[in-house]
Amino acid sequence: MTERLAQILADSFFKILIPGITVTIPLTVLSFSIALVIAVAVALVQFAQVPVLTKLARLYIWIIRGTPILVQLFVVFYGLPGVGILIEPFPAAVLVFSINEGAYGAETIRAALESVPKGQLEAGQCVGMTYMQIMRRIILPQALRTAFPTLANSLIAMVKDTSLAANITVTEMFMTTQRIVARTYEPLALYLEVGLVYLLFCTVLTRVQAWGEKMLNRRGAQRS
Amino acid sequence: MLEIHDLQKSFGDLHVLKGIDLNIQKGDVVAVLGSSGSGKTTLLRCINFLEHADAGTMTFDGQRVALDRITHAQIHALRRRTGFVFQNYNLFANKTALQNVTEGLIIARKMDKHQAETIARAALDKVGMGDRCDHYPSQLSGGQQQRVAIARAIAYDPEILYFDEPTSALDPELTGEVLTVIRRLADEGRTMLVVTHEMDFARHVANRVVFMDAGVIVEQSDAEAFFTNPQQPRTREFLQNYKQRSFT
Repeated sequence: MTERLAQILADSFFKILIPGITVTIPLTVLSFSIALVIAVAVALVQFAQVPVLTKLARLYIWIIRGTPILVQLFVVFYGLPGVGILIEPFPAAVLVFSINEGAYGAETIRAALESVPKGQLEAGQCVGMTYMQIMRRIILPQALRTAFPTLANSLIAMVKDTSLAANITVTEMFMTTQRIVARTYEPLALYLEVGLVYLLFCTVLTRVQAWGEKMLNRRGAQRS
Repeated sequence: MLEIHDLQKSFGDLHVLKGIDLNIQKGDVVAVLGSSGSGKTTLLRCINFLEHADAGTMTFDGQRVALDRITHAQIHALRRRTGFVFQNYNLFANKTALQNVTEGLIIARKMDKHQAETIARAALDKVGMGDRCDHYPSQLSGGQQQRVAIARAIAYDPEILYFDEPTSALDPELTGEVLTVIRRLADEGRTMLVVTHEMDFARHVANRVVFMDAGVIVEQSDAEAFFTNPQQPRTREFLQNYKQRSFT
C-alpha cells in the first residue's frame, strides 16, 4: 500500500464515519421507529379482521412489497413535485423507508400474533378483560418477543438500504464516499472502506440483537 | 340460578346442539358426560359466549337474555360472574403464576395491586400452588398449570364455575391432583358445571349427571341413579362401553 493511499484512507475514514453517525443512523432509527408503529397498527387491524381496514392493509402491503424501494424513492422525491408536493431529501427518505419497512414489519408481526395460542385470548375474555386489554397486555408482548429476531434482521437490512438514499441527494455515508472517490480516484480502497463502516454498524447491531434476545428470554420463560 | 332453554348451535351444515335445556341450582355440581363429538364442549362454550349460539335463552340469577341477540355489554357483565377452566389451561405465557391470577383482578376489576396479590396468593394456596407464585407457565407441569388456571378462575369468587374437560390433557398421575382441587371446591359448596370423561369423578363428586349424545341431552338424573339405574338405551350402552374399557 502506498503512502498516498494510506493517507487517503486515514483522512477519509472520519469523513465517512461522520455522515454515518449524523445521517445514516438517524435515518435508520427514525424510519425504523415509524415503521414499527405502522407495522403494529397494520398487523393488529388484520389480526382483529376490522372490515374495511383489513382490505386497505392488504392493498398497502401488496403495493409496497411488489415495487422496488428505489422506485418508491424516485416517485416520492422526483415524481411528487410534479403534482406540487415537494419534500426535502431527508424527510422524503424517512417517509419511503418507514412506509416500506412498515409493510414488511406488518407481515412479521401478523405472523407472530397468529403464533400466540388463541386460548389465551379466550382465557382473558373469561376473566373479564376487554379485547384491547388482552391484546396490549397478553398477546402483543408475546408476539413482539417472537418477532424480535426477525425485526432485528430487518433493522440490520435497513442500515444498508439507507445507502439508496444517495440517489435522492441525501448526503449519507455512501454519497460521501462517492464524492471522495471522484476527487481521489481510489474506488476500490474507498468503497471497501465504506463497506467496512457498514459492517461495523451491523456488527454492533448484531451484538445488540443477541443481548436483547437474552434479556427477553431471561425476563419471561419461553412459551410452553 | 342458571337456566338454559332451547340452545341451538350449528357449525355450517353441522347441527351440533339441537335444543338444549339445562337447569342448575345454586350449589349444584353438574357433570356433563358423553362421547367425543356429542356437543358437550360446545355447550359449555356457548354458555360462556366463546361460541355464539344460534338460538336459545339464558336466565342467570333471574336475568333473562336471548343468546342469539346478546350484546357485548351483557356478555361482559355475565362473564364477570362466572369462571372458566379450559382443557389446555390457557395460562398467559408471559405472566407468572401470581400475575396470571392478578391480571383479571387488576385489569378487568380495577382492584389495587396489593389487594389483588393478597387474594391471588390465597387462591394459589388453596390449589396448593402457593410456593410457585413466581414461576412462569412453561416452568410448571400440566397439573400445576391447571391448578393455577383454577386459582385464576376462582380468585374473583364467581357465582358459577365452568370446567371444560379439565383433566383430559393430563396423564393419570397429574389428573389426581387436579381432581382433588375440584373436589375441594365442590365440598365448599361452589356451583359448578363440569364437562368430563372422568366417570369416577362424576359419580362421587357431582350431585347430578347430564348425558349428551349427538347434540341432545339424552338423560339427566342424580349422579348415583345415573350410574346404578340408567333409563335410556343409549346411556346404558355408553356406561357398558366404559365398564368394558376399565377391565374390572
